Amino acid sequence: MSKIRVIKDKCTGCGLCIKACPVDAIKLIDKKAVIDLDKCTLCKACLQSCKFDAIQIKTLEKKVKDFSNYKGVWVFAENSEGVISPVVFELLNKARQLADDLDTEVAAILLGEDIEPKAEELIQRGADKVYLVESKDLKHYISENYTAKIVELIKKYKPQILLAGATTTGRSLVSRVAVNCYTGLTADCTGLEIDKEKKILVQTRPAFGGNIMAQIISPDFRPQMATVRHKVMPEAQPDSLRKGEIIRENFDSKNIDKRIKFLDFIKEDVSTVNLAEADIIVSGGRGLGGPENFKIIEELAKSLDAAVGSSRACVDAGWIPYSHQVGQTGRTVCPKIYIACGISGQIQHLVGMQSSDLIIAINKDPEAPIFKIADYGIVGDLFKVIPLFAKQLKELLNR
Amino acid sequence: MNIVVCIKQVPDTTEVRVNPETNTLIREGVDSIVNPFDTYAIEEGLRLRDKFGGKVTAITMGPPQAEAVLRDAISLGADSAILVSDRAFAGSDTWSTSLILSKALAKIDDFDLVICGKQASDGDTAQVGPGIATHLSLPQATYVRRIDSLHLDTSPKVIVVERLLEEGYEMLEVQLPALITVVKEINEPRMPSLRGKMKAKSAKIDCWGNKDLGIKEDEIGLEGSPTQVVKIFSPPKKEGGKIFKGEPAETVEKLVKEIKDIL
Repeated sequence: MSKIRVIKDKCTGCGLCIKACPVDAIKLIDKKAVIDLDKCTLCKACLQSCKFDAIQIKTLEKKVKDFSNYKGVWVFAENSEGVISPVVFELLNKARQLADDLDTEVAAILLGEDIEPKAEELIQRGADKVYLVESKDLKHYISENYTAKIVELIKKYKPQILLAGATTTGRSLVSRVAVNCYTGLTADCTGLEIDKEKKILVQTRPAFGGNIMAQIISPDFRPQMATVRHKVMPEAQPDSLRKGEIIRENFDSKNIDKRIKFLDFIKEDVSTVNLAEADIIVSGGRGLGGPENFKIIEELAKSLDAAVGSSRACVDAGWIPYSHQVGQTGRTVCPKIYIACGISGQIQHLVGMQSSDLIIAINKDPEAPIFKIADYGIVGDLFKVIPLFAKQLKELLNR
Repeated sequence: MNIVVCIKQVPDTTEVRVNPETNTLIREGVDSIVNPFDTYAIEEGLRLRDKFGGKVTAITMGPPQAEAVLRDAISLGADSAILVSDRAFAGSDTWSTSLILSKALAKIDDFDLVICGKQASDGDTAQVGPGIATHLSLPQATYVRRIDSLHLDTSPKVIVVERLLEEGYEMLEVQLPALITVVKEINEPRMPSLRGKMKAKSAKIDCWGNKDLGIKEDEIGLEGSPTQVVKIFSPPKKEGGKIFKGEPAETVEKLVKEIKDIL
């Protein structure tokens, strides 16, 4: 039952597919491509690479489903402690564009305790409708309980598209929702648009640590779901004159999963930690020489109202807590400005920050890999450069 | 306390590159490794077993050569390993992959805790862990940075965990059986022992295909996967930046001049 095959008459033995295959599954035998089915993951990279249409993948004919009763673009209005997460405003902006292209409405789903005042804010930022679910049992986010209610709402109102932030909460939640609804979910998107001809959502996302971009669709399932990377899309601006409708929904206690109990939330010093929401991040690396020198980074961060990041080396050495780590085994960040101080730029670090809008590097080694991806760089002693830099910035910003 | 650890074989991301001229993946010299986050999952499983008894089973889904990561897990101390592999599984997205793994877990049946890494370094989705939990109707705790306590003498058994969130951390009490995904902060993985390596070499690894799991064909592989990849391309290349060298005061001045309009 082989789903993929090479049409020998069309194959010219050019070898492009061999280069395209990410799992090394294609070889040339007698000048024809031969696919090792034990290695092939049916990723379709070779299909795209072939200029002669010589590779085919067979799939069962899908019944064309009628999705005409699925309408609206939904946004999950993540909130904590009565504050809407900023990523929600970015989602509303994108949802508005998508909805306009589809000639449909934008709706926000807002779950929480005593959260009604926030519904108006969502309307001002672009929602036509807010589905509001208030209950003391929704005060703290619990994946299972939120999933149960959201799945109920999806079945009742049938949205075309559902977006959530690619946050810890967003990813944990909609993974469950998508499985429950048997529908497609694309993680951590950096681009979303409507294919106007087919009226479907085209989702762009980085993979392999940002070294490759993939476009993904989910044409035969509804709602089409995506989590969206923070800070990539602009926020929707508030318009106090916008009008919308608030639709109240009840939370039935049967939706509570008694197997999970929320015990406590311990907030860390947000001004120095919240990497996900920071417009500017100042990161320190091994070049700092020791934990005491993170002071310099913190001061620079303070003068810029920035968050403090770190390379893995400093975390492993115990100079700074793990929650600050940027990179493959830490957090992926995408601020407007990323300032790397004394970070050489191991690829594991780069994959976590290379999609930042503007990268500034300060390092004494002119050959450091960080300079290859930096927009601006200073080759020099960071102990001399950073205090000067901080001082000038302070003067500039106070003016 | 029986634990199943779900792991994945990934290409060493650090080496995957796109050739800017041909727009294709450069694969030369790229090794396959255990997904970095899964090494913390394995370690946590081993630590819990060493403290509370029971066994650790490592499981992976992938092509036949993915067996290598299971041998790695055994060399570290896992008691047994299962390879879930079938050509019919190829092309599965996160929905189908989590279904297949959940069916394999259902077949194992006797477990108290499933541990996954928070995400895989090739796909970076963080969707398969919660997906498995949902298919099995298990409670979940994602992004766990610490297991606070484990109560095996209560009825039901419960685990208390700390979840690493954007603005701090949260404590949850979760009934077993449950699924958790873990972050790097949770532990420091051990190195394999020589004895472990020897054991891994000769260990028998069970292989389960779809004839063992019996999943409907239209729920797996390309057919069963709601998402489809339509295009792969390399990200726009950054142009070479401006790098300043010289006296600190001078370089700082030049830099500030360049960026002052965007601040």
